[in-house]
This record gives sequence, structure tokens and C-alpha cells, in this order.
Amino acid sequence: MPGVAEVAMFVMSVAIALAGVRMLLGPTLPDRVVAVDLLGTLTVGLLVVAAADAGQRAFLDAAIIIALIGFVSNIAYARFIERRKP
Amino acid sequence: MPAWLPGIFWMAGSTLCLLAAVGVLRMPDIFTRMQAGSKASTFGLAFLLIGTALDIAEGATVARALLIAAFIMLTTPVAAHAVARAAYLTDVPLWSGTVIDERRLDQERVAASVEADGAANAEPGEPPLGDVR
Repeated sequence: MPGVAEVAMFVMSVAIALAGVRMLLGPTLPDRVVAVDLLGTLTVGLLVVAAADAGQRAFLDAAIIIALIGFVSNIAYARFIERRKP
Repeated sequence: MPAWLPGIFWMAGSTLCLLAAVGVLRMPDIFTRMQAGSKASTFGLAFLLIGTALDIAEGATVARALLIAAFIMLTTPVAAHAVARAAYLTDVPLWSGTVIDERRLDQERVAASVEADGAANAEPGEPPLGDVR
């Protein structure tokens, strides 16, 4: 009998898989950027639940770092899309 | 505090995150995908953080959860705005059922008024006002 935290982590894994499908399908580069941004946010959510489930407080620190890197990379992708030659 | 309370928040948060992923997968064009993904995932993450903060009720954990929530809620709209602007300016196609594109209408109106205003006193070679890229 899985606990409720395991069920929540499974649902988050399904959501990550769906975002990964959109990342592979595209069809344009901004679509993939949106999917990767959602992947980062969902990974933060998975780590937040896993921190409580495993009793590892350090997972929350990893979640903070992933959120920071996700924001900066998203802004960098947006500048790249605007400036590259189509 | 009852022991099942964090589970309620976790299930609500993970369901919202799943809805965000389904929206990003199924919506017809990039702008609708973006609004589904960014809003639902922000709220889902907020619920997940509330659940974890209730489950590990320590000062350091609650502070980190608040930090992540504040950061995500501040940065997600900025990132979505940047990507939406880049997508619009690089002419990513809109959904065929789009009702109104106000920026394009505005550009056409400005271009028409410049043309009517006078080819007489306009500097030759000057770019039209509507092109603010």
C-alpha cells in the first residue's frame, strides 16, 4: 500500500513525462523552451515531495538551485530566440 | 495538526501539476500552451510546498519552502513574458481560431496613418513607425 507521498510523486512523474513528450514534439523552438521550463518547475515539485518522503532536508536546497538555474536559462533562451537569424 | 493534512495538499498540488503538463501537451498553439503551463504549475508548486512545510514542521524547512514559493511566483511571469515576446517577434504561427491580434492591428493602423500623413514631408529611407522591433 503506497503512501500518499508516493502517489503524489508518481503523478508528478507522469506530468514530467508529458512535458518531455511536448519537448520532443516541438514543433518550434519556443515550444521546446516552454516545455523545458515546465520540466524544471515540475522537477522542483518532485524534489519538494521527495524531501518530506525521504526525510532529506537537503533536497530542498537542490530544489532552490534548480529553480534559479531554470529562470536564468529561460531568459537566456528567450534572448537567443529573439536575436538569432531565422 | 492531523497527520493526513499534508497528503491533501500534496494530492492537490500534484493534480494541478499534471493538469499543467496535459495543457502544455494538448493546447493548440504556443501562447495557449504557455498560459496553461505557467499558471497551473505555479499554483501546484505552491500547494506542494505547503504540504511539505506542514509535514516537516521545522523553522529551516518552512523558511526554505517560503523562499522557493516566493522565487517561483516572482520569476515565472517574467520568464513567460520573455518567451512569449520572443515567440511573437519571430513570427511563430498563431492558432487558426485566434480571435484578435491587437498588436498587428495597431501596427497596420500606424503604418496607414504615416502613409496618409504625407509621403511629402517624410524623410526618405526612414523606417515606418509601426516597426518597433
